[in-house]
Amino acid sequence: MATDTGPKRLGTPLDSETVASLRVGDELVIDGVIWGVRDATLIRFFDEGRRVPADLRGGIFLHTAPSVRRRPDSGFDPVSVGTTTSMRMDRFTRSCLAELGIAAIVGKGGLSDESSAAFREHNGVYLSIVGGAASVQTEQIEQIEDVFWPDLMPECLWKFRVRDFGPLFVTMDSTGASSYRMVGEQAEARLAAAYRALGIEVSDE
Amino acid sequence: MTSSTTELTTTTSAATLYEDLAEISSALYKKALTDLPPDVRGAVSAAQNRESGLARRRLDVMVNAIGTSDRTGIIVCQDTGICVFFVRIGTEFAVNGARLIAALRDGIARATVRYSLRSSIVHPLTRENDQSNTGRGVPVVHVDFVDGADNLDILLLPKGSGSENMSFLKMLTPADGQAGIKKFVLDSVVAAGPKPCPPTVVGIGLGGTADECAALAKRATLRPIGEPHPEPEIAELEAGLLEAINQLGVGPQGLGGVTTSFAVHAEYAYTHISMNPVAVNIQCWRGERARATIHADGRVEYGY
Repeated sequence: MATDTGPKRLGTPLDSETVASLRVGDELVIDGVIWGVRDATLIRFFDEGRRVPADLRGGIFLHTAPSVRRRPDSGFDPVSVGTTTSMRMDRFTRSCLAELGIAAIVGKGGLSDESSAAFREHNGVYLSIVGGAASVQTEQIEQIEDVFWPDLMPECLWKFRVRDFGPLFVTMDSTGASSYRMVGEQAEARLAAAYRALGIEVSDE
Repeated sequence: MTSSTTELTTTTSAATLYEDLAEISSALYKKALTDLPPDVRGAVSAAQNRESGLARRRLDVMVNAIGTSDRTGIIVCQDTGICVFFVRIGTEFAVNGARLIAALRDGIARATVRYSLRSSIVHPLTRENDQSNTGRGVPVVHVDFVDGADNLDILLLPKGSGSENMSFLKMLTPADGQAGIKKFVLDSVVAAGPKPCPPTVVGIGLGGTADECAALAKRATLRPIGEPHPEPEIAELEAGLLEAINQLGVGPQGLGGVTTSFAVHAEYAYTHISMNPVAVNIQCWRGERARATIHADGRVEYGY
């Protein structure tokens, strides 16, 4: 477990050997570039088939929709950059990896077994951030370097320059392991004992 | 990053009441999003001490987020929520209810511009967003009257969508009894899994009609963590369910651990002989809420 040795520090873009070496239970911090995306961004990429003039290979997507303040020079400063529930964007995971070459998705709440299979087949990982702790994340963003598709505000494609971004926890890895599946199965298995403790009789269905 | 300090309106008068109420509403929105209640801080801290390994690391980040917001004025979570007010009007406090509700709504729109808050509120079909965090029916305002009281009490809950999306209602039968209620609550917590940002407060509504039952479940989440229901039968139900939930191992952020929920709170209303409704409304780990009490002499007191 990475907790014994402290978090691994990674730069961007991620190379395929690094991604393949990451395992559920590892703790990471990232320095470099992270791309902010949300529902509307991914709909434009994959349902509308549009692309941006930027190399996203080995890149990291963050499920977010930030609050920003426009600067006089037409740039943006972050007001609050947090992380949204990933599952709404589950159907885009395979396309992010296969078509754009994205190496990692940062979000909260995890993704489905279908996404887990995509991470295994395309050598990708899901990194969980602590949801609801946006003030911490916001301070780790050094600069908003670029914005594509501003008409989708706030669901544009955001290019964030980050330092000490994390901690992030590997919760779905390229071997197909998923913390969400493990914890979910464990909770289901423990339900029977919880029912008994509360005097709930359950007939076999 | 510049922190936006909140100017608090600390006194009011009959002449300026509705303008002051709009400013109080604006201040409550900013306060709720940046300054977590003391009971939540205590519960996060206690969970941090209880957990180990990666679960503890996740609690460390929550503690860090609370401190970062205290220091910088950055809102704790990016989700500005859907605003729900719970207003208690003393019968001896002179106020025009329609103007009160209009002022509360105006305050939310002001705060959205003033503090560059993300507008999270859209039309349900067209998804149109007028960038004010308000719209038809939003903020939601619940009004109660307190006989003999001479003050006005305003509690704001800016409810995050991650946890609000994990809301459940079931019209059980009387024959399902208490066991059916308990099973439904446990099943709901397992179904919600990581999505409502655990550790959570699980609000339970019992009885009433379908709509009243759901409203009771939300109201239950507002009670400070650590305060059991005053009636022993309800308090016992809360304690038993909390213990069972925390044995499921869902844990902080749904990634394993012993703290899935900080508390289970239930509120009830009488119901029909042929009904047994139960609702679950979940609050995320931050439990954001802010309160202002306007006294008869014009003093405005802030709390949670």
